[in-house]
Amino acid sequence: MRGQFLRYLLGRAAAAFALVFLVSSGALLLAQLAPGDYASEFGRDPASIAADRHRLGLDRPFAEQYGRWLKRSVTLDLGESFYYRRPVTALVRERAANTALLAVVALLLATALGVPGGILTGSTRGPAVSLVRGTSVALLSVPPLITSLLLLTLAARTGWLPVGGIGNPSPDASWIARLIVSARHLVIPALALALPLAATIERLQSQALREAMNRPSTMAARARGLPRSRIVGRHAWRLSLGPLLAIYGILIGSLFSGSFAVELVTSWPGLGDLMRQALMARDTHLVAGCAAAGALFLAIGVFAADVAHGALDPRVAGSRS
Amino acid sequence: MTIRQRGALVIAITLFAAAGLASWVAPYDPGRQFPDHPFAPPMLPHVIDSSGHLRAPFVYPLHLVDPLERRYEEDRTRRIPLRWFGSSLARVDGSDPWFPIGSDGLGRDVLSRVTLGARLSLGVAAAATALALLLGISVGAAAGYAGGWIDATLMRAADGVLVLPAIYVVLALRGALPLVLTTTQVFVTMVAVLGVVGWPAVARGVRGIFVTERREEYAEAARALGAGPLRIALVHLLPAARGFLGVQLTILVPAFVLAEATISFAGLGFAAPTPSWGAMLQDAASARAASDAPWLLAPAAAIIVTVLVLHMASGRWASGLWTDASLTD
Repeated sequence: MRGQFLRYLLGRAAAAFALVFLVSSGALLLAQLAPGDYASEFGRDPASIAADRHRLGLDRPFAEQYGRWLKRSVTLDLGESFYYRRPVTALVRERAANTALLAVVALLLATALGVPGGILTGSTRGPAVSLVRGTSVALLSVPPLITSLLLLTLAARTGWLPVGGIGNPSPDASWIARLIVSARHLVIPALALALPLAATIERLQSQALREAMNRPSTMAARARGLPRSRIVGRHAWRLSLGPLLAIYGILIGSLFSGSFAVELVTSWPGLGDLMRQALMARDTHLVAGCAAAGALFLAIGVFAADVAHGALDPRVAGSRS
Repeated sequence: MTIRQRGALVIAITLFAAAGLASWVAPYDPGRQFPDHPFAPPMLPHVIDSSGHLRAPFVYPLHLVDPLERRYEEDRTRRIPLRWFGSSLARVDGSDPWFPIGSDGLGRDVLSRVTLGARLSLGVAAAATALALLLGISVGAAAGYAGGWIDATLMRAADGVLVLPAIYVVLALRGALPLVLTTTQVFVTMVAVLGVVGWPAVARGVRGIFVTERREEYAEAARALGAGPLRIALVHLLPAARGFLGVQLTILVPAFVLAEATISFAGLGFAAPTPSWGAMLQDAASARAASDAPWLLAPAAAIIVTVLVLHMASGRWASGLWTDASLTD
């Protein structure tokens, strides 16, 4: 039993690693395929373009460039950004931390809103319940791109919250003042990202709970005369967790797609914004670096969801290894 | 199909028809600028004039009284009647412009731009959906019909594409092409890129249906009668996947509308003077513009309506969820 779970873990980890490798290599290849390169994007005299190409190693055959990049990437050295003239690893680490902060806060917020909402709509009826369901159905049709625009407009009109950016607290401010500044800037992006996600989670939780309420084991608990709150909280909710966790892996993918739009709208300096700049400037190494970081996040997220799912439901680990 | 679903479907078809007839529905050319009317507020039609008489729908002309504060005043002394069903659905005569839902910073009519933008945004989504369905059906049918290692390889590939954060893949693919393209080139590129990203969910579903259906007696009978694999797949098995494909259609179209908006918003899709919903939202994104002229958010409303209506038409939101539409965000 334990060996099986370990094998399952190893298999999932290998899949995650393959994902990171394939995505970053693919991004490098695609960026390379694009007509023109970093040197030619800025029209200058041919001699200096050639010199730039030589300095950056862009005049070598692609196989050689790729080989060198691969060899260095094993040691987590992803080359140097042409545009920023800084190591890609450092650049990506800075931005990835911002994206991770946004994504984690949004996911927690979405879970905190979605799971109780889903339990409510899945187990009871009434006007308040209909309101929750209606809200989440409406929110499902409003993607993060739009929620962030609408929240930004709201903030600009009311002046309640700062619009855009991550905030620049003065360096001599106390850490608590800095934390407040950052938190205030985080509210709009996190909420914009979390609301559609919360709606998704609410619908899933509601449906899973409704199905769990009809299972024979729940019926048996009801027949024993247990109070309804105890049936929902102790029996049915646990049964509904399986289907819910199975979907978290997919949710993490849409979390990152969504964070791209939110970062653009609210000028949150994250990976999406960096990736866009890199693509525009034909900054091959930076594109690959961003893709690698994105894939790493995704792989970690999917891995975590898989592990949780496997730990909760032994059948999952058994069937896949 | 419930009544609500039918209603939603009718609205969805109307939307697409309006997009097709955009150049007739829009009062003005989307590029036409009225330099005296930047950020003009919406001009709603009136039916009761200042002296309290009932009239045919008309509007009062707007005048910019304070260019710095962008303050407009209605000229209550003149009435401009609306003309219906002429060279366009509704328009006004004379030199004064009519902005039914306001104008943007260059004095262009927002309604005209949203309707003409619909042609591009919905056009890309519809064409990309057709491509994704075609690819998905081909791959899914091949995998489900052939089985064995072909099936395993194709489905592994589909899983690989499915798990990626779609918008990053789209961006990377878009990045492999020149930055500056003509509108037609952008259209073709977007359709190709979105189609390539969107097929796996379709392929998986079609495969699943083919795997079970090809063992059914009617498929065996067709085979016994000497039908070839292609005929069995297309004529006999594919109709079984009709319901599934219909649902996929209502998942993919909204997902692609959003993808187009996001890419154009990022500056990698349709470029500035071309009206597409994503490109127009760029104007609305600056905090000042959005709070001073909220009507610039009209494309956002158009996106919400499109997505909502298609979700309702599929009936998915009532029963289940669009879990495989990772593109939707």
